[in-house]
Amino acid sequence: MPIEVRTHATLAETARAFAASRGAHILGGGTVLMRAVNAADPSVATILRPADPVLRQIRTEGREIAIGAGVTMAEIIAHRELGFLAPVARLVGGPQVRTTATIGGNLFAAAPYGDVAGALLALGASVVTGEGRRMPLDDLFRPHAPRAFVATILVAPSRDFHFVKVSRVRPKGVSVMSIAANLPRPGGRLQDPRIVFNGMGARPMRAVAAERALSGQPLDAATIARAASLAAEGLAPEDDAIASAWYRREVAPVHLRRLLEGAA
Amino acid sequence: MAKTPIRFSHNREEKAVFVDEGANLLDVLRRSIGDLTPKYGCGQGTCGACTVLVDGAPQLSCLTLAETVDGRAVDTVAGLSDGARLSALQRAFMDNFAAQCGYCTDGMLMSATALLKHNPRPTREEVVEAISGNLCRCTGYEAIINAILDASQGGARRTG
Repeated sequence: MPIEVRTHATLAETARAFAASRGAHILGGGTVLMRAVNAADPSVATILRPADPVLRQIRTEGREIAIGAGVTMAEIIAHRELGFLAPVARLVGGPQVRTTATIGGNLFAAAPYGDVAGALLALGASVVTGEGRRMPLDDLFRPHAPRAFVATILVAPSRDFHFVKVSRVRPKGVSVMSIAANLPRPGGRLQDPRIVFNGMGARPMRAVAAERALSGQPLDAATIARAASLAAEGLAPEDDAIASAWYRREVAPVHLRRLLEGAA
Repeated sequence: MAKTPIRFSHNREEKAVFVDEGANLLDVLRRSIGDLTPKYGCGQGTCGACTVLVDGAPQLSCLTLAETVDGRAVDTVAGLSDGARLSALQRAFMDNFAAQCGYCTDGMLMSATALLKHNPRPTREEVVEAISGNLCRCTGYEAIINAILDASQGGARRTG
């Protein structure tokens, strides 16, 4: 099937083309989209290639850092201000993927990919669309959320951020699951903890039950045990070639417990 | 099907070609340019056999939309040797028996080239990380790792 590729010089033009063409796909680095093209996936007929240089920029805006959707994993790893995200970006693919895969593309990469998206969700990040509309990442990941052309990701650095990726092959292996957690503890008690699992559903999902168990508590053994036991509640893991849904449910509490113990 | 004209540097030589919309760089290199050194392995970014350098950075040519290299520099194994004179890295691969069937070799060589350019004295762990996106199914990684360490400025192969 013939594919149409349209390159636009400005965000506004891409946003207009995206709104006008229902089935259009936005090209980030291509590490997900080009697989579909190579497999002659009939759902990929129109590719929009946004060429606005703003998509490649990283800049500080108040206490947040604005990361253009076209910024690559390698650029995140190399950027001084993004040290808190570097451990996550470093675990994406191999070196050849990290030079091209983008932070914006990762938001739309189906599980088992999307570990960076999970980290951003745990950090309470927001996105700005090509039309300039700002929304929390939580809204973008809601079931049946309307499709969006993401131009910028806004995220505040955190010292309370923790991340673990569980995979079977090192150093490069796709996720059985990954867990991202932001665990601020002013005065020793957890305040608004956010725990996100990737690989426990089609999209990164917050472990709401575990978050509730942690909220307002000290990070002690009893709290950790309670939160870990609720790790998989409300999540919807699937069977795939990497692991079964059953296995994922069984090991999610173990990995969450280890992460929380490491953070304590 | 519409064709898009692109120009890029291929192993330091300017090339101008028309590419099909949606064509990947690997197809353009192999079919339009006639450079058969990047290999088609999986077409989905798993094996690394199609690795080339784009502006010096390793990239999977099978997942690279061809028109994105317009105006950029693409380097492949075909540009490593000077005629019959192999590069130090290629000689090290021969000396260490780092190729059996040879299918992964071109990708391995390009990943190693990218590593050694930025890090002339890599540790063994850094070599392992650098080729972690390249699968080898028959030679075995040890010989490949030793070859890359041999070609590095440190020279002597290090184990452990």
